[in-house]
Amino acid sequence: MSTGWKAVAIAAVLSAGVLALSDGLGEARAEYGDVVMNNYSDAAGMRPAVFPHWFHRVRFRCKVCHSDLGFKFKAGGNEINMLKIIDGQFCGACHNGSVAWSVENCDLCHSAKPGTPTQVHESTINLLGGAEAGPAGAAATSPGGGRASATGKK
Amino acid sequence: MVLIAEAPIAAETVRRWLPLAQDGLHDPANPALRLLQEPSVALSRLPSDRVGNQVNWVAALEGGHINPRTNILPESRVRMIDLDILLNLRGGTPIVRFPHRQHTLWLDCSNCHEHLFKSKAGANKFSMERILKGEQCGVCHGAVSFPLTACERCHNTPRNKPPPAAAVRGS
Repeated sequence: MSTGWKAVAIAAVLSAGVLALSDGLGEARAEYGDVVMNNYSDAAGMRPAVFPHWFHRVRFRCKVCHSDLGFKFKAGGNEINMLKIIDGQFCGACHNGSVAWSVENCDLCHSAKPGTPTQVHESTINLLGGAEAGPAGAAATSPGGGRASATGKK
Repeated sequence: MVLIAEAPIAAETVRRWLPLAQDGLHDPANPALRLLQEPSVALSRLPSDRVGNQVNWVAALEGGHINPRTNILPESRVRMIDLDILLNLRGGTPIVRFPHRQHTLWLDCSNCHEHLFKSKAGANKFSMERILKGEQCGVCHGAVSFPLTACERCHNTPRNKPPPAAAVRGS
């Protein structure tokens, strides 16, 4: 291979690498299905809580939380607070130091940027234009029911 | 409406997951961030997909790549059903063959029935507008299970072929 062709090949490889990096890392893109809960966090001076669906579904089927534990399919719709968690409800069924880390590890869950609204990240409703795009009051209230969608700030 | 065939994922497709500190959602100033599992660590070992988390979650479960727990309450009855329902029988897009089996691998009957969907074939009126707004199938598809841009995964049965005998005809 001549020096000229080598230079062209190296330049091509480098520019492809730069393109690949700028393609993936340039944009802010959390994982699909990441739920942010900010019902009370901002007001309490805590970072909003992040619930990563991807992490949990590796370990638990949907029915564990959405049937056994009664989580509605609606971001922010369960009105979870720390009292309920310490009482063993919702997240507290596992986050009790037995199945998963316990409540004194505040920063592990309360890990979103301050001011991030309650939402399902990358959800269709988010992509269609944020909380305003969602139907008002469409959430079902029966146990295990409801919808998993962005709701905006409460 | 023109459906574009989904390109199969090439074996050499490189999947990338943003580090938590760079994902735009997590606070990089949080010192505890380094203790959390990075998506790339968990997800890079699972079967590929081009959408969502870039993981084919049903294939991950069926292939034994993951073995998520079915219940946390010991008294819970783990219910599964293998029954396909044909939907969208009079629409313009391909017929929807809805597989109960893959859904009940993850979910319990009560997650959808009866408040989201009536169990009686033909009793449900489906609407893509409602689904796109996060209702009906859109409760999960478009939020956590594969997104609504993957039209052909639900609209998966050509209209000109006789429907499979094993399936129940819905609406």
